[in-house]
Amino acid sequence: MPHRLNTGGRLIDRSRPIHFRFNGKTLSGFAGDTLASALLASGRSLMGRSFKYHRPRGLVAAGVEEPNALMTTGADGREEPNQRATMIELHDGLEAKSQNHWPSLEHDVGAVNAAIASALPVFPAGFYYKTFLFPRFAWKHLYEPVIRKTAGLGPAPTAADPDEYEHFHAFCDVLIVGAGQAGLAAARAAAESGARVLLVEQVGRAGGRLLAETDIHIDGAPGGDWAEAEAAALSTMENVTLLTRCQVAGLYDHGYALLYERVGDHLPAPSGPRHRLWRVRAKRIVVASGAIERPLAFANNDLPGVMLAAAVRDYIALWGVAPGREVVVFANNDDAYRTAIAAFRSGLKVQAVIDSRPAASGDLPERVRALGVPVRCGMVVAKAVGRKALTAIKVARLTTDGRVGGALETIACDCLAMSGGWSPVVHLWSHCGGKLRWDEAEAFFRPAPERAAPIGADGAVNTYCAGAANGALSAAAGLIDGADAGRAAARDLGLKTRAPGARQVDEPSMAALRPLWFAPSVGRYAHGSKHFLDFQNDVTAADVELAAREGYESVEHTKRYTTLGMATDQGKLSNINGMAILANSLNAPIPEVGTTTFRPPYTPISLGVIAGRDAGDLFKPLRRSPIHDWSDANGADWEPVAEWRRPFCYRRADETREDAVRRETNATRGAAGMLDASTLGKMLVKGPDAGRFLDLLYTNMMSTLKPGRCRYGLMCNENGFLFDDGVVARLSDDEFLCHTTSGGAERVHGWMEEWLQTEWWDFKVYTANLTEQFAQIAVAGPKAREILQGLADFDLSAAALPFMGLAEGNIAGVAARVFRISFSGELSYEIAVPAHQGAALWEAIGAAGAAHGITPYGTEALHVMRAEKGFIMIGDETDGTVTPQDLGLSWAVSKKKTDFIGKRAQERGFLAAEGREQFVGLETLDPQRVLPDGAYAVADPSVPQAGVIGRVTSTYFSPTLERSIALGLVRNGPARMGEVIDFPIGGDEVVRARIVDPVFYDREGARQDV
Amino acid sequence: MLLLTCPHCGISGEETEFAPGGEAHIARHGPGAPDEAFESYLFFRTNPRGPHFERWRHAFGCGKWFHAARNTVTLEVYGTYPADVSGPPQDILERIAARGGE
Repeated sequence: MPHRLNTGGRLIDRSRPIHFRFNGKTLSGFAGDTLASALLASGRSLMGRSFKYHRPRGLVAAGVEEPNALMTTGADGREEPNQRATMIELHDGLEAKSQNHWPSLEHDVGAVNAAIASALPVFPAGFYYKTFLFPRFAWKHLYEPVIRKTAGLGPAPTAADPDEYEHFHAFCDVLIVGAGQAGLAAARAAAESGARVLLVEQVGRAGGRLLAETDIHIDGAPGGDWAEAEAAALSTMENVTLLTRCQVAGLYDHGYALLYERVGDHLPAPSGPRHRLWRVRAKRIVVASGAIERPLAFANNDLPGVMLAAAVRDYIALWGVAPGREVVVFANNDDAYRTAIAAFRSGLKVQAVIDSRPAASGDLPERVRALGVPVRCGMVVAKAVGRKALTAIKVARLTTDGRVGGALETIACDCLAMSGGWSPVVHLWSHCGGKLRWDEAEAFFRPAPERAAPIGADGAVNTYCAGAANGALSAAAGLIDGADAGRAAARDLGLKTRAPGARQVDEPSMAALRPLWFAPSVGRYAHGSKHFLDFQNDVTAADVELAAREGYESVEHTKRYTTLGMATDQGKLSNINGMAILANSLNAPIPEVGTTTFRPPYTPISLGVIAGRDAGDLFKPLRRSPIHDWSDANGADWEPVAEWRRPFCYRRADETREDAVRRETNATRGAAGMLDASTLGKMLVKGPDAGRFLDLLYTNMMSTLKPGRCRYGLMCNENGFLFDDGVVARLSDDEFLCHTTSGGAERVHGWMEEWLQTEWWDFKVYTANLTEQFAQIAVAGPKAREILQGLADFDLSAAALPFMGLAEGNIAGVAARVFRISFSGELSYEIAVPAHQGAALWEAIGAAGAAHGITPYGTEALHVMRAEKGFIMIGDETDGTVTPQDLGLSWAVSKKKTDFIGKRAQERGFLAAEGREQFVGLETLDPQRVLPDGAYAVADPSVPQAGVIGRVTSTYFSPTLERSIALGLVRNGPARMGEVIDFPIGGDEVVRARIVDPVFYDREGARQDV
Repeated sequence: MLLLTCPHCGISGEETEFAPGGEAHIARHGPGAPDEAFESYLFFRTNPRGPHFERWRHAFGCGKWFHAARNTVTLEVYGTYPADVSGPPQDILERIAARGGE
């Protein structure tokens, strides 16, 4: 660890070395290190390659805002790309590798891009839009493959993720985002009022910047010690929960917050969930999310060794790592002088402080001067020098017109600590409606609750900003601001608060900064092609200036044109600098240009945590009929039907699906078949107004149905289009059982309730969805009666139980309701029994019917048989634009009723006009050729893009008729019986079919009514 | 994610517990209605910027429909009330006026 300092390192435990692997090499660090600090300690400054130019990049930051040091961690199922090295805590067995380079990090082919870029004006703003327009073919064959190979982030893992993720639902009075000085003060104030406080810190320990700053004392104790003690004291309070390694990713409506807790990432072996998503409802929220330091835009400011000033002292103070041996500080503010002091005290050589302000005479500059470090005011870094790492800088005098003047002077250094001032982290405040204002004196956007603040369901403001996030950068101001916010939140909730005792804060005073958005090398942005703003996306000052020149005046347009702020760091470092340069280019004030929209998540969260436990078998609930297990054990070839699984067919050994469907169909038509129809929707509609209600719900008349009888009914929506169908059975005077489609059951029940509750609330009607209460078995075929009569204790003869009748009695000793309804066209009984007796009845019928050749059949045989009979299927023949009249079902639409849902719509003239697609049967001229489902018929297949005149809605090979049959919707179809129409199905192939009656089999219905 | 209170069961629940049903208090136009009235009933909605009366169902709770008066800009919920009324109740209108709505 050549760059490990002998002293310092608040967070590391030098007695606990940790071994880890990076790019295949074993390295070591200490417990408490991050991957970033350990790599830096090992002497490595090159961490990755930039997205577009493949320029060498090193660490810029020490926290969540790090744009460059993106690593892939783990292997196989635990491989995860694009992890910020600054957020990865070192643990034994950690495996990490760098990304976006080929063949290696040190020698990268893609850097040729950069070489070209420096010779020619390519890769400017909008490069992709401009360059790859022409020739068109080149995009697919030339540009894209090359770009894909050399650019991009880490590859997505391909193995399944073995880790567990979970969701927590939590409620609190006050959610406090950030446990720095303001967050701790807010938590103390809220907690002492008795509020339930959730205090959330994104890194592994509370304290924020107090941990790294050595010149702040609170009530006599060093700031870091005070923060640790205060966090510990708060943690012991019963009403306070402190979460660390937890990112408040987003704030949403009415106090809803999503928290992303990294539970297991820092542990060597996974035990329990890896990440946890907290779904929090907070009555009040205090955003104390701190501030992020801004980089400065100067030539080659992306060289490894150029870092944020605060990051440099973080590495020194928190991890005992020297980011370099010869340090220069470049700043426009007092705060950065802290870095010069920290570096000097840890024994590093501090070459100079380059301050762009004309003079610096505050506390900190004087302290630096007292250490003998040269302070060079009115100067800028015109250029950083080095190949893969910083070796020197060139400085020059800043002239009053914003250019550089005089001779360039070279200063040797391997670490440049830069600071352009601080920007409050206003992201969370902005997620849910909080507005901002530009603070001219401090040169940052700060929360402006007077313009708009997030509110709760009751309309009251529910979010406060505090501390640095609110623009109060000093410890003293942050503590007061935090306490005020905590007390305000508690007071809102009706809790008693007391004024906190004044804290004694000793810290250096800060003189005003002076904005420096662009450190000129000659003076114009156009020469800022190496002045990087967005490190991750390689966006430079020249790009933003070019965008402005080309007319991109809106900050949102400039963002998308240049990709400024669109990388995985979402512009945490780049946005304000970019907006300022855009504003200057447009000669507009910064607040007029404004900010882009802040959207959640604040930092990336894992996909696994979003899924939580809703993965694999738990992704979606699976509904099983009472006969599911029997079917599963007897060859069911399953198909999904809504949330149900239904047997497509029951396959015997060596049978294809087609074989099985043919056998099942033939058996049913020839002898008997049995079908698990339990998934059919079953709605009980009961009450004195039940008939009246169903008359409105169905297109046909239901109130005239006699008890003990069944009637097929259609349901339309208010737009007149068919959406469900089924048989209605009248059980008694005030009781109807409505069968619905399997997939439509819940929808129909909701539909009934909607009308009853919101339109006809005076109707005396109850509905109940009994779908899962009953198992239903269809027994169909010429032998059906014979088989069932042997099991029934009541008369099943045609006289006692005629077609479309219903009866009740015992079958195989099970109390059953039997409907004589048929979807196959055969003599058919549908038997409903309580769900728990369904499997027993199924087996009893199977046993009794064995001698007669009874055969279980699946949904495909069901479909084939209904198509042979020309029965429509909701979802096949209907698509939300089809009326009953289109389907030749006018007989089921009442002319007598004054009203039903859809009646007014069906009065519209265009629904009765010529030219609508109407229901027909289709017989291919080649009887063995089955039309593809969904095939279109065209008027003239020899014409390209000929007009469509119809389409196939159902298509099968009919084992009964030994030929292909299809149902379809054809323009004016019923008037064109016998015509042959053309279905081009791709290539040059055209299938020809004759328009016929849709009932292919037993047109008189003799087989079902016996 | 909104927080809504079901006026039937009194539960204050997450938005995901409820299903939205569009604008409330739209009179049904059935057979015999003029084309314009029917068209307006079926297709036109006010989509206001500000106070809005809307239908919700406590789909994963008691199953009941209710109405909510909500500001579409600020998302403030002025109140919820049962669905078996053809217009917003007076106390809701007063609350909206008091909160600076129309």
